[in-house]
Amino acid sequence: MRTGWNVAEVIEVRQETGTARTLRLRLPGLTGHRPGQHVDVRLTAPDGYTAVRSYSVASALPGDELELTVEELADGEVSPYLVHQVAAGDQLEVRGPVGGWFVWNPADPAPVQLIAGGSGVVPLMAMIRSHAAGTTDGAPGFAAPFRLLYSVRSPASAYYGAELDDLARSPLLTVTYVYTREAPAGSGTRPRRLDAPTLLDAILPVSDNPAFFICGATAFVETVADWLVQAGYPADRIKTERYGGTGGTP
Amino acid sequence: MISDEVDGGFPDGGYVDGNAAAGPLSEVFVADVTSAVGRCAHCGRTAAMATARCYPHSHGLLLCCPGCSGILLRLVETDGQLRLDLRGVSFLTLTRPQ
Repeated sequence: MRTGWNVAEVIEVRQETGTARTLRLRLPGLTGHRPGQHVDVRLTAPDGYTAVRSYSVASALPGDELELTVEELADGEVSPYLVHQVAAGDQLEVRGPVGGWFVWNPADPAPVQLIAGGSGVVPLMAMIRSHAAGTTDGAPGFAAPFRLLYSVRSPASAYYGAELDDLARSPLLTVTYVYTREAPAGSGTRPRRLDAPTLLDAILPVSDNPAFFICGATAFVETVADWLVQAGYPADRIKTERYGGTGGTP
Repeated sequence: MISDEVDGGFPDGGYVDGNAAAGPLSEVFVADVTSAVGRCAHCGRTAAMATARCYPHSHGLLLCCPGCSGILLRLVETDGQLRLDLRGVSFLTLTRPQ
């Protein structure tokens, strides 16, 4: 395992939405990462001031590369630099990937229900990509059904849209969107916040005993987790990752 | 993304998940402490450390028990020294790293 701070090279940047960018990094010595892990990124100013932020890994790559998708927060110290300034060839100080709890394990045969609020989709995308890449592999998790419920402000602010459409052609992946501010033109649906009936209608039933991974702003995650427990899903099947903040309430 | 853009203070709602402590703790422990099961020395709650509430700040972090709000773990870095206070955890069950 790689420990401490290491220098990563930015090898590619892609605009994901108007406010988010995906960075592909190369970390010499890295040999793959687990879906759901994150890295810490440290920026150091010329006067020595440092700022550290954690970003989930979006990719499921076997070698020494990984991708982060970073959403710009207007008053942030780190994300505006990562979204607007950093370029291919630049170097970043990175710690990790780390984390062994909010991680999907392909050896687990259980169906998986993913629930994302806004940029909380990032670590769940790593799980979806890992699952899709390994479908022909022997581990039982690769044959388990995956569902993603993705609560997002508008079609334009959704990450990975075309790729998710493509992956959802597999019978093993179902993707449901809930648009909170603006629904797709011509869809006939109205934007609205996620509520318990919509949630329970979209997700795998209690009888499937799914493993849950929920990621988003704190209020979103806690509200959704409460609804699940009230509906009879066992609390010990629910893993959460709350990243604080006020955005993305259900 | 798991930690919000807050420095020197707590994010709105006050905390993120214990998952966010994985990076700093990886500098101290060989095994991943966030997936370890720990018991709160204050109230006896026993759960994965990742389910604790993490209050990050500019020089370290606090992990607090979601059951009783007692402090489980405190990690502070000053002048290149890491200080770790684990008084609030009466035991940890760790998975051996592979």
